[in-house]
Amino acid sequence: MTRRINIFSSIDWFTVLLYLILVFLGWINIYAAVYNEQHHSILDMTQRYGKQLIWIIAAVVMAVIIFIIDTKFYSFFAYIIYGFTILLLIGVLIIGKEINGARSWFALGGFRVQPAEFAKVATALALARFLSGYNVGVKNFRNLIIIAFIIFFPALLIFMQPDTGSALVYASFIIVLFREGMHPGFFFLGILIAILFFITLMMETFSILVILISVALFAYALMNKNLKQALAGGLIIAASAGLVYGFSKLSGTHWTHTRIIFTGLIVAVIPILYLALKLKLKNVLVVLAFLGGAIVFSNSVDYVFDHVLKEHQRRRINIMLGLESDPLGVGYNVNQSKIAIGSGGLTGKGFLKGTQTKFDFVPEQSTDFIFCTVGEEWGFLGTTTVLVLFTILLIRLLIIAERQRSSFSRIYGYGVVSILFFHVVINIGMTIGLVPVIGIPLPFFSYGGSSLWAFTILLFVLLRLDASRMELLR
Amino acid sequence: MDSLEVRRFVIGTLIILVILIFIGRLFFIQVMDSSYKFSAENNSQRYVTQYPARGLIYDRSGKLLVYNEAAYDLMVNPMQLKAFDSATLCEMIDISKETLRTNLQHAKNYSRYKPSVILKQLSSKTYAVLQEQLYKYPGFFVQPRTLRKYADSSAAHVLGYVGEVDNNIIKKEPYYQMGDYIGISGIEKSYEKVLRGKKGVNIYLVDVHNRIKGSYDNGKYDTAAVFGSNLVSSLDIGLQEYGEELMQNKMGSIVAIDPESGEILSLVSSPSYDPSLLIGRVRTNNYRKLLLDTLKPLFNRAVMAKYPPGSTFKVINALIGLQEGVINNNTEFSCHYGYTAGGIHVGCHGHKSPLNLPESIQISCNAYYCNVFRRIIDNPVYNSTEEAYDVWRNYVTSFGFGQKLNTDLVNELDGFVPKPDYYNRYYGENGWKSLTIISLAIGQGELGITPIQMANMAATVANRGYYYIPHVVHSVQGENTIDDRFTKKHYTKIDSANFEKVIEGMYRVVNGGEGSTARIAAIDSIAVCGKTGTAQNPHGKDHSIFIAFAPRDNPKIAISVFVENAGFGSTWAAPIASLMIEKYLKGHISRRRKWLEQRVLNGDLIHNHDEKN
Repeated sequence: MTRRINIFSSIDWFTVLLYLILVFLGWINIYAAVYNEQHHSILDMTQRYGKQLIWIIAAVVMAVIIFIIDTKFYSFFAYIIYGFTILLLIGVLIIGKEINGARSWFALGGFRVQPAEFAKVATALALARFLSGYNVGVKNFRNLIIIAFIIFFPALLIFMQPDTGSALVYASFIIVLFREGMHPGFFFLGILIAILFFITLMMETFSILVILISVALFAYALMNKNLKQALAGGLIIAASAGLVYGFSKLSGTHWTHTRIIFTGLIVAVIPILYLALKLKLKNVLVVLAFLGGAIVFSNSVDYVFDHVLKEHQRRRINIMLGLESDPLGVGYNVNQSKIAIGSGGLTGKGFLKGTQTKFDFVPEQSTDFIFCTVGEEWGFLGTTTVLVLFTILLIRLLIIAERQRSSFSRIYGYGVVSILFFHVVINIGMTIGLVPVIGIPLPFFSYGGSSLWAFTILLFVLLRLDASRMELLR
Repeated sequence: MDSLEVRRFVIGTLIILVILIFIGRLFFIQVMDSSYKFSAENNSQRYVTQYPARGLIYDRSGKLLVYNEAAYDLMVNPMQLKAFDSATLCEMIDISKETLRTNLQHAKNYSRYKPSVILKQLSSKTYAVLQEQLYKYPGFFVQPRTLRKYADSSAAHVLGYVGEVDNNIIKKEPYYQMGDYIGISGIEKSYEKVLRGKKGVNIYLVDVHNRIKGSYDNGKYDTAAVFGSNLVSSLDIGLQEYGEELMQNKMGSIVAIDPESGEILSLVSSPSYDPSLLIGRVRTNNYRKLLLDTLKPLFNRAVMAKYPPGSTFKVINALIGLQEGVINNNTEFSCHYGYTAGGIHVGCHGHKSPLNLPESIQISCNAYYCNVFRRIIDNPVYNSTEEAYDVWRNYVTSFGFGQKLNTDLVNELDGFVPKPDYYNRYYGENGWKSLTIISLAIGQGELGITPIQMANMAATVANRGYYYIPHVVHSVQGENTIDDRFTKKHYTKIDSANFEKVIEGMYRVVNGGEGSTARIAAIDSIAVCGKTGTAQNPHGKDHSIFIAFAPRDNPKIAISVFVENAGFGSTWAAPIASLMIEKYLKGHISRRRKWLEQRVLNGDLIHNHDEKN
């Protein structure tokens, strides 16, 4: 009995309060988003807002159950839960119902369950369990492979459904790894790769080559603190390019600028290496290797973009980058979303008075684009309030994670923060045009049983672990 | 582990930074950027669909058959409604106050926020008057549309008609929205994609007083409509009108084809209706009336009615017999008021006997063909009746029978030429012989053909052995050609030399001496070749059939005429066919034949039919 009372007093009620506020706001926003005059009661069970109440009540029940369960259950059964969700993910590929071109749901009677949502929780648990093991650190190469597997396997299965958005969520675990000490180089590399990715899509190959070469020379100058040598290297490349140009003119064939520079670069490698050897220069090979890798990567980005990504994915990225404008087609969602949000002004049009969402101009407005209703009806004040609420929640969860004595709880806590952060950023970013359209829900706001329950479980397991933080040691 | 502690600050900072960027962006979109911001008066966007003009349809000589007329629908957006003077409005658009109230209620029930139609197809005059006053009625606006208009009252079945889409269509083809029109039959349907063009959209900003304040974002998101393409049909409208006149008060069909191209010159299904009945506001009422009409005017008999071909089929059996070598031009068979064998008797009218091949066609002797058919099926070259029948069947289907011709008309029937399996199932394998199915010899029994297939056969014979798939559109504007399949020759399996022999018989049908079954079809100075048919009808009087082509050499027209419940082929079908031919080739009916024209025009078989019942 005392234990029960103890837990009661150790629950982080602040987080619970935030949770309830967000869920409540989400609920009334769904009401506003799909308001149907003929079913004006928010409790009407034939409408989504009525159903959301059922999901909410069920979620609260789940939260209570989570608290009743012993704390050690979660770390003990982490792998089993993970394995079980993997089975579910495989199962849904085989016997799942196909909706909108993807097999993401199990249909049981009138019920629909999306295993991908629950897989996030399971992966966070499994990752936390693994990393909290004795002597397991992120610097060990073998461990990194296992970590990669734990994260990528469910992501891959989800990607096969295909549900690219939900699969991308797993990239957020990088935050967990960062906190646990992964070499910062990985992140700089990751950011560089992302930048290179977008530059490749936005610029022509020629400009990219010039930029990469300049960056390489600059890096060399920095590393060796020798500007003269870098300039000399640049001269050599330019001279080689000139040679190649002259050669091509003589032979009569027409070479594109890109080809000339590229060939010039390759030709220039020979004298550069020779000089490096003779003068015993450092870091030349490293810089050249990185330059080569960057060029290869850049080319493969193009290849992947053109041949691996699907048409609508290409167009969504292009639209986000401003390379394409298709306001009545693929860009329709985003354009309508921005219009809806933008039209809210400072204080919004008022509850139930959003014309854009009323007109059903914004597709998916009770799920992926639920934020539009906030923007349109509550204006800038409303959107900022929601963002601030999420921020407070995330920071609070960070504090909770940091105050854990058990590394399992801490790592899991970071998992929760990463997942929630990723969803908030991508979902809201998509509605305001900063992120390409990736269909993932806004936690606690988007309509749907599976997502609400998954996020509730995600959150309350952490709260459970936190309530017993004084007891646990691993 | 200092660096690890630093890291949590990094993460926390990252979170806050990203959120701040978002808040900044939101500030920009919501508070600063005025292209998204709307004033306190609640401007809204109105999406006005630009409906392109539907393609026009011409006849083969360039006469306009179908065109468009502008129409305006009065729409209402209930959420924007404010108090208004309903009396004046009702007067302007000429409806009663109750109707207005009812329609407004329907609109509100459908959706408070989405526009609904209050009144369809205002006349341009009403529209002009209304448009000036519309600002007094916030919430109301006008949606322009085009309506189909028919220059003529004929060719309803060929041209088809246009109607509003329903939910099923919208689900299958999301291009369409509620209130859009789509071709439902005829050319309107089979060339829908060509005729409809492509919708465009203009996005306007509208203030609370229902005034258009300008284009949204300077029209950046507007798309222009693309006009539908015009069509030139193969119809000769003068001939078509004439055919419908001749068929008045009769049930049946006429199909006339130009054998050199497969183009359909005229396609008449009687009774017919005035296509203008099915446009605009009167459509629903008229459609219901037409649907309930027991004579079924909406039914296109030319492609959808199945008949036994009767004696016209003898032409086919003659050709097959010649090709198989079981008879030649001089083969004679005798006839004693019919053919008797194995306990079966097929009757025939009295005539001289024996007859050779051309005479058998000229006089239409049943016995002759019973013999020919049995020779084909009992041919010892084949191992079984089934095998021989299959061969026979292949000849028949090579004329286009027993399958859809794949024309550009809609709702084609395939007709029925039984496969050997059919008889196997009914009689058991090897349980049937030539005598069992002897009625096929004279075009009766299980055979089912459509009038267009008959006309196609006439064209095939006219061409001495091949046909082009009949089609009713000559060209599409801008593309100048139609589908490839219409320019391909389809060959039958019969040598053209054999055709000549049969054609001689068909020539004599019309131009021969006593005994010829259709001398009434003879035209001065035109060598008409034809064949009569009388299809037995278990439900009433026999159907009168006639196929023909003219002139004999380099034929320009091939035709089939079916007149239901009209008795002998020569009584009604042959005269009609020959009048059509004369009209097409000469442009007028000679004075000596005017009496025949009168007789046909005055003929009333429908009301006789009713009396009989």
